[in-house]
Amino acid sequence: MTSVPITRRTLVAVGASLVATGAAGIIIPANAAGFAPTRTMRGGANNYRPGAPIVERIGNGGFWMSGTVRRAGDGAPLAGQRIQIWAHTTEGHERDARSHGATLTDENGVYRLEMPQIVPAFGQAHAHLAYDSDDFKTVFLRPIMRNSKDTSLTADFVLQPA
Amino acid sequence: MSKWRAALIWSALAIAIGVPSVAAGLSPQLAWRDGVYILAGFSGVIALSLLLLQPLLIGNFLPGLQGRLGRVGHKWVGGGLVVAVIVHVGALWITSPPDVIDALLFVSPTQFSIWGVIAMWTVFAAALLATVRKRLGLRLMTWRVVHTALAIVTVGGTVAHAMLIEGTMETLSKAALCALVILATLMVVKQLRTKIRAQSIRDRREA
Repeated sequence: MTSVPITRRTLVAVGASLVATGAAGIIIPANAAGFAPTRTMRGGANNYRPGAPIVERIGNGGFWMSGTVRRAGDGAPLAGQRIQIWAHTTEGHERDARSHGATLTDENGVYRLEMPQIVPAFGQAHAHLAYDSDDFKTVFLRPIMRNSKDTSLTADFVLQPA
Repeated sequence: MSKWRAALIWSALAIAIGVPSVAAGLSPQLAWRDGVYILAGFSGVIALSLLLLQPLLIGNFLPGLQGRLGRVGHKWVGGGLVVAVIVHVGALWITSPPDVIDALLFVSPTQFSIWGVIAMWTVFAAALLATVRKRLGLRLMTWRVVHTALAIVTVGGTVAHAMLIEGTMETLSKAALCALVILATLMVVKQLRTKIRAQSIRDRREA
């Protein structure tokens, strides 16, 4: 058997091409399959109260929680999907009913709900979101705010049929 | 030791513990927490402060509390530390049971809770070992090394836990207190190394 010596030049060339194709998204499996479903995050369901009512806004507002809801695979925006939101805010603890509310996505699959300012709880300023209706599989998210002084936060859902 | 030196050491200690506690007491976060959650936070601050006292007491660094008095103090503060940790975890449990259960089961999304739980178990183990060491009949040096090893993990875990958390403690005073806890622990570890060397020299002479 003849051995093929790996020169430094080959190594650099192979490495560079891998980086280039990777950056271009050619060899990322998730992209090959289209929109991969969002997975439930650790601790996402903590202090969940099923059936939070659809509200204009939670409490007195001042903070915006928003994001998109899409279908796994083709990424089509999903309209009329109910997203439940809760967090520790300036107006209450996560477990308090008044800290929970829900909203529906618009025709572009976008949801947006005003709520009180989120403040750090259990060491991190974070929100909880749930998609927990019949058409798609349940997903719980626990996005973290980059800075606890931020006045908005986004979290996107890609749902797969139930 | 001169009276002035003693006064200086005690004042420095009062500042090292007092400033972070007062700063935490002034935290704007308190306005958005109920009594139990505030208690949870403060028992954590107290535990961190007691963790500074422990090496200082056992290492004979506190004027007036040296030798036997230092060891008695170390035992009492150790008991207080265990109580503070239990109150901390218990009050957090009341505030948000699922978050504490996740932490205790090591499935929490937050790194710092894992460090905190590790430190909790090692401080419990260090205290338990202290209560049963005579019954176990451990050699003095074996006991010291195991207890100190548990203390080192407790200090490392606690500091990582505290520094990664965004809570009621003010960042700078928290970092300073953590640095002092590490420094005091390292000074006691150095003393222990010296004792171990002296012991091994004695053992070799006897052999």
